[in-house]
Amino acid sequence: MEAKVHLSQNKKAKAKNTMVTILLYSQIILVCFIVLIPIIWVIGSSFNPGTTLASAQMFPDNPTLRHYIDLFRDTNYLNWYFNTFKIAVIHTIFSVFLSTSTGYVFSRFVFKGKKAALITMLILQMFPSFMAMVALYVLFLTFGLLDTHWALILIYAAGQIPVNTWVIKGYLTSIPKELDESAMLDGASKLQTFSKIIFPLMKPIISFVAVTAFMTPWMDFIFPRLILSSNANWTLAVGLFDMITGTDMNNYTMFAAGAVLVAIPITILYVAMQKYLIEGVTAGASKG
Amino acid sequence: MKKPTLAAAMSALVWGSGQIYNKQLAKGLAFFAIQMTLIAVEMLGGNYFSGAFEFREAGFFVSGIWGMITLGTQLSELTYQGMTPGDHSVMLLLQGIIAVIILLLVAAIWFGNVKDAYQTAKNFNETGMVLSSKKWLKDTWEKSFEYIMMVPAGLMLVFFVAMPIIFAVVIAFTNHNLHNMPPANLIEWVGLRNFRFLFSIGDIPGGDMWLHTFTNIFIWTIIFAVVSTIVPFFLGLFQAVILNNKRIKFKKLWRSILILPWAMPAIISQLNFRQIFNGRFGPFNRFFMNIGLMDPYSPIEWLSDPRNPWLPRGTILVIGFWLGFPYWMALMSGLMTSISKDVYEAAEIDGASEGQQFWKITLPMVIAMAAPLLVMSFAFNFNNFGLIYFLTEGGPINVNFIHAGQTDILISWIFSLTMDEMMYNLASAMSIIIFIIIGSLSAWNFARTKAFKEEL
Repeated sequence: MEAKVHLSQNKKAKAKNTMVTILLYSQIILVCFIVLIPIIWVIGSSFNPGTTLASAQMFPDNPTLRHYIDLFRDTNYLNWYFNTFKIAVIHTIFSVFLSTSTGYVFSRFVFKGKKAALITMLILQMFPSFMAMVALYVLFLTFGLLDTHWALILIYAAGQIPVNTWVIKGYLTSIPKELDESAMLDGASKLQTFSKIIFPLMKPIISFVAVTAFMTPWMDFIFPRLILSSNANWTLAVGLFDMITGTDMNNYTMFAAGAVLVAIPITILYVAMQKYLIEGVTAGASKG
Repeated sequence: MKKPTLAAAMSALVWGSGQIYNKQLAKGLAFFAIQMTLIAVEMLGGNYFSGAFEFREAGFFVSGIWGMITLGTQLSELTYQGMTPGDHSVMLLLQGIIAVIILLLVAAIWFGNVKDAYQTAKNFNETGMVLSSKKWLKDTWEKSFEYIMMVPAGLMLVFFVAMPIIFAVVIAFTNHNLHNMPPANLIEWVGLRNFRFLFSIGDIPGGDMWLHTFTNIFIWTIIFAVVSTIVPFFLGLFQAVILNNKRIKFKKLWRSILILPWAMPAIISQLNFRQIFNGRFGPFNRFFMNIGLMDPYSPIEWLSDPRNPWLPRGTILVIGFWLGFPYWMALMSGLMTSISKDVYEAAEIDGASEGQQFWKITLPMVIAMAAPLLVMSFAFNFNNFGLIYFLTEGGPINVNFIHAGQTDILISWIFSLTMDEMMYNLASAMSIIIFIIIGSLSAWNFARTKAFKEEL
């Protein structure tokens, strides 16, 4: 008798368990749908034969590669792609060099003005970045750097220093100082200690800095819009924005094709690097 | 016997002379060269030797500082002798700021030079030894390693981050706008007039309409920032909990799909949503029209309904949830796995159920860890230009606002004031206000973190 009750209870528990499992799966599948539909929509649109938003279909009846071909033939898309890539790579190199050196110095040394410098950087980072727009415009105008990519690289590379210094400094607290001290006891100079001992240990946080730096020019719109005036010099963000809102406002499908070609590599990179990205964010905030 | 004060005094007047007195020739010459360069730049860059002196024609530093104070005194005019020399207020202001920054750096070097002369002489008296310049260089490299490492980053910060911000701040105290555009006009210092105008203090025509616009946009900005921080946070937390449930198989697959909105470039998703929610042609409405749930002649204008501002605002918020939850989901998954297993084992032994474990252990710990990130996210959303600009460009237009639409937040309003209306002075004044809000919030947030307490 007792065993029977136990059995039916067990059955009930099992049924409940299955119910919960089904609920959980349906929630996940539902959210996946919500996430995927806009993405499938933009991919599908890019293969549509028409050019307007009104005629675009998620699953086109006669899929075509026309817009991809037009993109390369009729617009400066390839230029924009290359420009963005070039800025991204140079900016990444600059960022890694600039912020690892400052982050290291701030985490390891005690020196005059350290406190003031750290607080100043924190304050600088709180200003909305485009507050600097007008001044930077005049500055680059004066030095003849308007409509060049170097202007953008300089803005980005300088702008990332405060945040990344803090993030790297935070990360380095997890690497014991004894490592530095023993290296110096062995007669290594400060520069050698940094470049030979600490720098290789910073791989995760350098990946974080590098990925975020690499992403910046693909996402940023305000500064390229301000500085790059000639179409051939644009970055992708400006070019894609112009496709939707500019004179060819109707060319939705071409925008879709352009968007797909940008999104694929960037998304893959992001998903592949997500571990480092999350680690970097938490290093900056909590470990501090 | 050397006299430290004499060495210092010599170096104070003629840089490096104290060092030479201390028998450190190379070092002395180096300091002297810096001083000479400075003087040469000023004297040779200006027009000092041809009769009547004019500040306008002085060298870089003097004319810069003069320009910063006066913002220029005369406009270029076309006379029968050609164009007369004129002042460009903005360039002068910028030059003045750069001149002051450089002079401050130079002052620091000068101070180091005087201090060094004094110290070396004093050391000589005590030990009877003078370091050779070469040895000194090597020592300095090792001793000042931390400063030298920071020089490139420091210079970039000063010229591309700090200097433009200083410029933007001082513009808020001028009348630089569409009607005062150099080189056609000069601009002037106007004190706090822009701030008085913004807050309608005193009788400045049009001020009340500004205040009306500003207050409305400000309230919407706060709502926008709070909602688009809190809701994605909880959605992400919820999703992370479900995803990490042990009943779920293929976690990696689901995770990779769910993370897509975060991984895709935001600008692309935003521009795409702008099309998807297009009232007449967007696929979202077309779907409902096709199944007969929406009248094709009066579609819902998700992002551009001019009658009900809360419809486009709500749509923006929902799109923000889509974009924002995966970040929190990924973050929470990370934080949840970082909680030690022992805690759960102990709880299990004490007879805590799965639910209790979640509410009593997981949730409080995760929220505590994520709190500083929440404040950072609020600051980010407060200035989330892209979500507004790429979806609606601030529209639909509100006729009771000045140069602003229904969905404009402060940052996008300032952007159009600067780029389209060229109201630099008011845009700067408002940026300062934003900075005060975000700055004090972040400072408060930061002061509570462990890092700050330990470090400073």
